[in-house]
Order: sequence, then structure tokens, then C-alpha cells
Amino acid sequence: MSVDLPGTGGGVEAAPAAAPAAANGRWAGGRATPGASLRDIRPQRRRVWRDRRNTALILLAVGLTMTPVVMILYQITAKGIATMDWGFLTSSMPFSFRREGGGFFNGLVGTGIMVGIASLVSVPLGVLAAVYLVEYGKKNWLAKLIRFFSDVMTGVPSVFVGLFVYTALVIPFGFGALMGAASLAIIMMPIIVRSTEEMLKLVPQELKDAGYALGAAKWQTVVRVVLPSAAPGITTGVMLAVARAAGETAPLILTALGSYQLTAALWGEPISSLTLAIFDGARNPFAAGQARAWAGALELLIIVLIFTVGARVVASRSRIAR
Amino acid sequence: MSEKSPMVQEEGVDMPSPAAVVSRDDAQSRRPPVEQPVFSVRDLSVSYGKNVALKGVTMDIRPRRITAIIGPSGCGKSTLIRCFNRMNELIPGAQVDGQVLYHGEDIYAPGVDPVVVRRHVGMVFQRPNPFPKSIYDNIAFGAKINGYKGDMDELVERSLRRAALWDEVKAKLKKSALDLSGGQQQRLCIARAIAVEPDVILMDEPASALDPIATVRIEDLMQELKRDYSIIIVTHNMQQAARVSDETAFLYTEVDEATSARWGILVEFGKTGRIFTSPRDKRTEDYVSGRFG
Ligand SMILES: Nc1ncnc2c1ncn2[C@@H]1O[C@H](COP(=O)(O)OP(=O)(O)OP(=O)(O)O)[C@@H](O)[C@H]1O
Ligand SMILES: [Mg+2]
Repeated sequence: MSVDLPGTGGGVEAAPAAAPAAANGRWAGGRATPGASLRDIRPQRRRVWRDRRNTALILLAVGLTMTPVVMILYQITAKGIATMDWGFLTSSMPFSFRREGGGFFNGLVGTGIMVGIASLVSVPLGVLAAVYLVEYGKKNWLAKLIRFFSDVMTGVPSVFVGLFVYTALVIPFGFGALMGAASLAIIMMPIIVRSTEEMLKLVPQELKDAGYALGAAKWQTVVRVVLPSAAPGITTGVMLAVARAAGETAPLILTALGSYQLTAALWGEPISSLTLAIFDGARNPFAAGQARAWAGALELLIIVLIFTVGARVVASRSRIAR
Repeated sequence: MSEKSPMVQEEGVDMPSPAAVVSRDDAQSRRPPVEQPVFSVRDLSVSYGKNVALKGVTMDIRPRRITAIIGPSGCGKSTLIRCFNRMNELIPGAQVDGQVLYHGEDIYAPGVDPVVVRRHVGMVFQRPNPFPKSIYDNIAFGAKINGYKGDMDELVERSLRRAALWDEVKAKLKKSALDLSGGQQQRLCIARAIAVEPDVILMDEPASALDPIATVRIEDLMQELKRDYSIIIVTHNMQQAARVSDETAFLYTEVDEATSARWGILVEFGKTGRIFTSPRDKRTEDYVSGRFG
């Protein structure tokens, strides 16, 4: 689709044609005549018309993009709200799908544990890797390697990550929270590395110079100047990575497996997650199970929303771009 | 090089005349100086990659004075001033040759830690660059990283008072430094630099981003500070150099016609009054009288 930007539409295409025309003394809008009304658009009708057409096309495109998002939000809210109550949030799954009541508390706990552990591992490692890329490695082979693998890793389907952890950890040690957390950490890491790298690059050299000029060693400048200045941006990236991990399903099927019970063990037994509970409820033929899945979807949506909106708020507070 | 552009040096200055320093032995055989220079620059050259930016600078910086570095844009003033605290090292590809003796010790000698050099030689930059932290934390930064054990509140107040900023900010020490005006930010940067109690303060066009009133305040402050510190200032503004400095160094760009390579040289160095009233080099005369630059 070739949508011209509003306002430039006419200009871009008219430019080559206008050059010879101008040489002949024929101007698109007529020569500027003193006293001619500025409200008279007739000479430029073509440009004005294109401007309007292109604006309409863009609005249409925006509308088309928004439609599925709005429908999803509406559907989940409308269907989920009926089952969503305090009891749903605080109780675990009943042992039969058929039975009404109960909730996904076990899934919430599982998601919390696994995303929590994954963050504890991937945030420090990812931030340190990004610091290495920006402040130390710059363009050496190790930095290039890290960048290359982060880019590849962001593109790898998450089910592959699950398969990898399945072979590496689940076959020898069984399903469990740690295995789920490992797969989530692998998914979060490249997101954190690349977003942190972008944020660190934005820290002006002048600020670093100020640190050095005060007698700060390199690591002191990194820890006390660069990281605090980039902190809001780094937090934004971390929150988006957390939201992404909280919404992962495929790798957890292969690593955490899912459970109907409330467990908090780190290994030795399968553990549930919100996404696994939703997946489970949605697949079964009983109305009560499906209703729980809708409510669980609403719960997850709200959690993810809190993290994404939080990320925006923190980013807008950022004072780095003075 | 030096035959082509003989550097004119003050006569009767009570320290070894750099112009006469052909060999080091020669310098040592002269009468002992009454006043030890803080910095003795000996045949200093700087290049960025393959491009030479500064060639053969030799000069002595006197203590408790304001030394101004003037010259047309691109002649290497910033390059020269950044040599005094080894900030050029932070630029990839920068290469410094020659000697910069700080109280007789070469700061480029192997084993000298640039971090230690910068503890002695503070710097204020062209654009105010406070950290995105509170006013208080900006001042305390240097003290903290250098393991200051004393009373931090007292240090912050003393530094801000010395920078003539205390009265304006004492009620909002915990507020962000970025909310200050440009002139206040620059004085904060000066306060931050003197909080680590350096010996020398380098200022690279400290007032070029400021309005005339803020500029006058910075200039007054410099007069105040020179009782305790040696100050080296780069300025584009000749009136400013004439107003504030005791000594002036004039740098100028030399061009190699064959390769059109350009580099800065030190043309003339001496008492500010003399440089502005009776320059000995034609190029200095043209520059200070506003004929070019
Ligand atoms: N970081 C750098 N990398 C490469 N070349 C540089 C760098 N900084 C300066 N130069 C070069 O060194 C020469 C001197 O530059 P310098 O900034 O010292 O001049 P200046 O006298 O401070 O000029 P101005 O008055 O415009 O600030 C110039 O030719 C410039 O192109
Ligand atoms: Mg400069």
C-alpha cells in the first residue's frame, strides 16, 4: 500500500512535473499575487484534495489496526467479568472442570514465582551485558557476538526455547518452576539486553566526562552516572520483558507442565501458571472451565496492562533527554 | 616548525623561558625560578588518528593565576586544555606526545593514573553538564567517589558558597539540578569541581552558553577563586580574556599548503596586558585587533 503522508502527498508527486512548468512560468498555484485572497484554494484544488484523501486513508488504516485490539479487549472483559470475583482471585482450581467456583490462584502463584525467578536472573545479567556492549566492548568481537545472539534470540519462537530447556533440564530433573523460570529468563534476556543498550547509548558523553573530570574511575562512572541516568529507560525495558514473560505459554507447557494444585516448590513437581490454566480451561468442553479461562484471561490482561502502562509512566518521567 | 614560527615569550619573567628550552639541560642550568610553575608543557603535540591537531606547544602555567587560551575556532584550544587532565584519552584515537609536567612530574609518564591526575585538576565544560540528580548529590558526587569522610552537609554548603550559588539554592538542595537556569547550572558545575578540592581548574569556554549577566557572575567568581586555585580558561571572547586573565596564550592554525593539513601552534604567550597592547607577532596583533578570527 502506498499511503502518502497528509500534506506531502501532492508535493511529492508534483515536484518533477512542477520543475518544467515553473520554467515556463506556469506555477501550480498561480503566481503569488498581492491582494489575492488566501482563502481561495481553487488554484491548489488538486493538492488539497490529495491531502484530504490521504488523511482519510491513514485514519482508515488506524481504524483497521485498532479493530482486533478493541474486539479482544471487549470480548475478554465482557466474558471474564462474570466469573471474576474475590473468590476467583484467591482460590485454586477445583479438581473437576465441570464444577463451578474456584479460581486460578495456583496459576497466579506459579506465574509470580517463575517470572520472579526469571527476572532475578535475566535483569542483572541483561543489564550487565548491555553495559559491557556500550561501555567496554563497543565493537570488539565479543560485543558483536552478544549483539548477534540477542538479535537471533529475540526472533526465536518461544516453543524452541521450551524444547531446549526440556532437553537440557526437564529430561534429567523433571518438570518444575525452575525449569519454567529458565525458559522465561532465556526469552527475557535478549529483550533486556537490547532495550538497555539503547538506553545506555542515550546517556550523553558530557555526563560521563563530568564524572571522569571529578576523578571517577570507569566503573564508578558507570555505576554512579551512567546507570542512574538511564534507570528510567532500563526500567521500561524490564517491565516490557516481564509483561512478555507473564504472557508466555508454549515454553511453559514443556517445562512447568501445569498443575491443578497450589504448589510453590521450585522443583520436583509440575507447577501451574496463569497462561497454562487459561490454556487448560479453554480446551475443555465444560462451561464452568471455560468461564474460569475467560476470567483468567482478564486477570492476565490486567497484570500485563499494569506492567506496560507502568513502563510508559516510568519512561515519560525520564529526564535523560533534557 | 619552531624556526618557521618562533614563539615569542615574555622577557624577564621569573621562570624558565620556554622559548629558550632547546634542550632540557639548558633549562636546568638557568637561574632557579622564584615561583615554580604548576604546569610545564614541553613540546606537546596531539593528533586524532592521522590528523595532527596541535604541534610543539611549550609553555609554563603559573600558580594562582588565570591563564587564558585564545585563538580562532579549530586551532586546538580545547585539545590543549584537555591535555592538562588527560581527558583526551577518552577520545578514541587521540594520541599525545611530549610532556606535561605537573609540579615537575610528567602526568603522561607510565604508571601515572589519569584518575589521580583528575583529582588534582578539575574541569568545567562548555555546556553546563550537571548530573540528573539533586543539587546536593551533584556536589557530593566527587566527595563520595573519593571517599570523603568529613561532614557532607558542610562540604556542600562551603562549595556552593564559594561558587556564589548558596543563597539561590539553599532552600532547594534536594531538587533536581536540571531545574536550575543555565547560569546557575554552570556555577553548580564549578561548585562541583571545587568540592573535590583540586589544585587547578580547567574551564573550556565556561560562559559561552550564558547571557552577559551570568557571564559577569562567572568572571567575578573566577577572580574570587584564583586566590586558591590556578585557573586555565579557554575563551573565544577576547574582551573576556583581557578582563579576567593574567596571562594569555594565543594559538593559531598553521596550514601546510601542499597537503592542506592544518594544525594548531602556540604563537605567543605572555602577560595579558602585553599581549593585547603590544603583541610581538603579526598574527597575534591581527587577531587581538579583530582583523580575523
Ligand atoms: N574528538 C575529535 N576527533 C577528531 N578530531 C578532533 C576531535 N576533537 C577535535 N578534533 C580536531 O582537532 C582540531 C582542534 O579542535 P579543537 O576542538 O581543539 O579546537 P578549538 O580551538 O577548541 O575550536 P573551537 O573554538 O571551535 O572550540 C580540529 O581540527 C578538530 O577537527
Ligand atoms: Mg573548543
